[in-house]
Amino acid sequence: MFRPSTRHNLPSSSSNPSLEVKVNKRQSGIGATAGPSARYPYRLNFYETPPTLDITLEEFETFAIARLRVLSQIEALSHRSLPYAQLQGAITNYTKTHLNLSSNTARNVNLDEERRKDEIGHWVLRLSFCRSPDLRARFVRSEVSLFKNRFETDDVNERSSFLKSLEFDWQVVDENEKTRYERELKLCMWEKKDDAFRNESWFKVPWYTVPDLVGSRKVFVRAGMAYVPQSLQISLVLQTYASRLEKALELTAKNLPRLDEDERLGPVIDHLASSFLSGVASADYQSPDSASAQGVVTAEMVDDVARKHFPPCMRNLYDRLKRDHHLKHFGRLQLGLFLKGIGLPLDEAVVFWRRMYGATMSDDKFNKEYKYNIRHSYGQEGKRTNYPPKSCQQILTQNQPGTQDSHGCPFRHFSPDNLSAFLSSTYPQIDKGSMEMRDILDSVKSTHYHVACTRVFELTHGVKKGEGLGGNESVAHPNKWTDRSRELEREVLERIKKKEDSDEMVVDS
Amino acid sequence: MPIPVRDDPMVDYDPSSPQVMNAFYRRLFPYRPFFLWLNQDQIPAKLFTHREFAFTLAGDVYIRYNSFHNSDEFKKELIRLNPSRFEIGPQYSARPRDRKTLAAGALQPQRRELVFDIDMTDYDEIRTCCTDKKICKRCWGYIAAAVKVLDHALRETFGFKHLLWVYSGRRGIHCWISDPSALDLNDDQRKSLVTFLEVIKGGKEQAKKVNVRGSKDDSELHPVLNDALENLKMEFVKLVLHDQDCFATERGWEALLAILPQDRDVIGNLRRDWQSDPTKSSVDKWGDLQHAVGGLKKGNPLLFKKYERAMQDVILQYTYPRIDAEVSKHRNHLLKAPFCVHPGTGRVCVPVNPELVDEFDPDTVPTVGELLSELDRAAAAENGESGSQRRTEEYEQTSLKPYVEMFEKHVAAVLRDSRGIKRAAKQESMDF
Repeated sequence: MFRPSTRHNLPSSSSNPSLEVKVNKRQSGIGATAGPSARYPYRLNFYETPPTLDITLEEFETFAIARLRVLSQIEALSHRSLPYAQLQGAITNYTKTHLNLSSNTARNVNLDEERRKDEIGHWVLRLSFCRSPDLRARFVRSEVSLFKNRFETDDVNERSSFLKSLEFDWQVVDENEKTRYERELKLCMWEKKDDAFRNESWFKVPWYTVPDLVGSRKVFVRAGMAYVPQSLQISLVLQTYASRLEKALELTAKNLPRLDEDERLGPVIDHLASSFLSGVASADYQSPDSASAQGVVTAEMVDDVARKHFPPCMRNLYDRLKRDHHLKHFGRLQLGLFLKGIGLPLDEAVVFWRRMYGATMSDDKFNKEYKYNIRHSYGQEGKRTNYPPKSCQQILTQNQPGTQDSHGCPFRHFSPDNLSAFLSSTYPQIDKGSMEMRDILDSVKSTHYHVACTRVFELTHGVKKGEGLGGNESVAHPNKWTDRSRELEREVLERIKKKEDSDEMVVDS
Repeated sequence: MPIPVRDDPMVDYDPSSPQVMNAFYRRLFPYRPFFLWLNQDQIPAKLFTHREFAFTLAGDVYIRYNSFHNSDEFKKELIRLNPSRFEIGPQYSARPRDRKTLAAGALQPQRRELVFDIDMTDYDEIRTCCTDKKICKRCWGYIAAAVKVLDHALRETFGFKHLLWVYSGRRGIHCWISDPSALDLNDDQRKSLVTFLEVIKGGKEQAKKVNVRGSKDDSELHPVLNDALENLKMEFVKLVLHDQDCFATERGWEALLAILPQDRDVIGNLRRDWQSDPTKSSVDKWGDLQHAVGGLKKGNPLLFKKYERAMQDVILQYTYPRIDAEVSKHRNHLLKAPFCVHPGTGRVCVPVNPELVDEFDPDTVPTVGELLSELDRAAAAENGESGSQRRTEEYEQTSLKPYVEMFEKHVAAVLRDSRGIKRAAKQESMDF
């Protein structure tokens, strides 16, 4: 079985001897540079046994950096909410140039070298990414996407022999059971024909080993067992890969302090993780410095700013808060962090919320139950994390609104009727029956919420279609909407001022 | 100091008074089964010693990260702090009380019962009898329907055995699953289970909250939902049409029409019909809809199918359990313990038998005041005789007795299983 310690592990004789012979036979004619070797019989790799070969210090670093590039690219891509095919295409292209792996049939390629590079990169990164739970989770997520991409692009025969080599002990559903649950199993299939049902075979695994399939209701579950059809096998493989990697990383983390390592490696390992962190962090919203031209927003100004510069999601929350003098927890969080982002300082925030709750709430209750949360979101309580404002991505995917909630993204969480009513009543520029409205609703229907939101921005700011937030950028963060909106306003003001100035000059002369 | 015997035994004790709560914790709280239930063993194990307890004290002071070495220490502290309520968290990787001495991030939640929370507030838009904090026997019907569906799904689909349903003291119900396989679930797995079970989704502005048929909204229901639907059809007629009469008012039937496919003829005709006869009952209106949809079968089978599916979704939207998903998804979410007293109502959070959930009436659940009065009366009666048999637990003299017994039976089953597993593990380790 898998022993994840980082050293002391000899390569086990896991590869199938008969296969080795066959491989060698094929190799004999071509020479040692082509064809898979005994150490790397497959393109895919579960990275179960650490390499024990000699490597140079330079290789140690360069291989790791190559893989790191790929992983951070994958992470960045997955945040961009691309359609699935496009995402996979982008990953395939990127890995091809930076960390290519060829199939066994490829000619004129040094397979061993490629696979060695791939393997060493993986193991080095394990050392630098095992240190915190957060890093581990991100590493596993990116590694799994990479593996998935390779798995899906792998040659079918090679893939199945690779799977065979892993020797999973999945229980196959026998004919009796298959007929017993025929109705249920059929209901969970894409293909409704009888043929497809007869040809399909199922594995039976504990439901919690395939949480993604259960969560999306793609499989039949009974008595704690999930019935996974052959066609969804990839999910099982990925899950196994992820959970083994997770366990291995935890063990590595525990053993790391005891590693009597060469002092030349430590700095390299440290550096790798930190460059991963700094490379991707730019996806978060960084509010402009308080000294910048945006300036501070006070509690009195919020109403004015809201009317002119709030994106629909915040406008909805704000209007509700104004009307009901109350918001549920996640609504408060979404609006509160946003306000922090536009430059509402903590003391003004307390004033703002106190005023919004109005007389319905006693001072005592406010101080006890609400003030803490406001201070917390400004990093003044508890863990003292200064939380960044939520991005569209987070608003769309995290903490889905419950039945009584009003947070979230109007484009995603409103039904079409309510959305169009809300838009037309909030923004006089958008007419209920107009072409533009239909445009927006179409984008929503095809789940391109940011496109719809960007369109609203363009319409309400007199910006040309396609221009977005400037330079074709679409709305990806509520605060970016507001920043751009205020910027546009300033530009207009300056232009007017300039014009006045020049007018005056004309008069003067 | 014992509570003095009052002249009038029916006098109500105020649950917000510290003396009353103190008497409850000293004399009535079932410590033994409570400890065994959490610990799953006679000897204090990590499941108890590394477990977080959070207390709410008078004046809304909230103390988190308490943990105890054993049941006695827990009891002593409970009586000393005298909380108005307390909550249970997960078993952590270390003792939560040592939190400050640990390295940052060293205190991680590990094992925890799988919990569910159903609250009447989520039903506000579809109940007609009460609103807000109130609950009556009639709206309990929604909870009862939810419990039956959820109980069935958790047992049959996910294979759990040890489900404890607990009345939350006012307008909801909790479920605690103590199976070892449930304790071991990580957050991802919990989340996927909840997503599987969660059907009602969407905020205030989303009219149709049931979207379980894929992206094109046209596939068949998942077999588990299909099962649930079969059971819910009856509940729908009984509860939504007859009892709650949900489509009686204009607001009610407009809500129904908003969920259905917007075919102008069908919807327009129904709206005209119902507007002209405002006294029509929900049963008749549902009949009208069925009739109108039936008429489509021949001429427009595609639209017929669409309406048929939509009507199934309506039944789900009005009767399927509305679970508070966040509670179940994370191991470190705190949930009020069974046998707490609800500070607002004074009612004890007693276990509920899911097979008899229809008969359960929240109004008949004993309050802390009633229980203490019963103790007074029993003491008075005993004074006449002699204080010979003081061995029995005091709750046995009150109407809390059947509930504690139900709890003890549940705990015994949990212990039997966990003992079996431990023995098997021991056997295995001896084999080597």
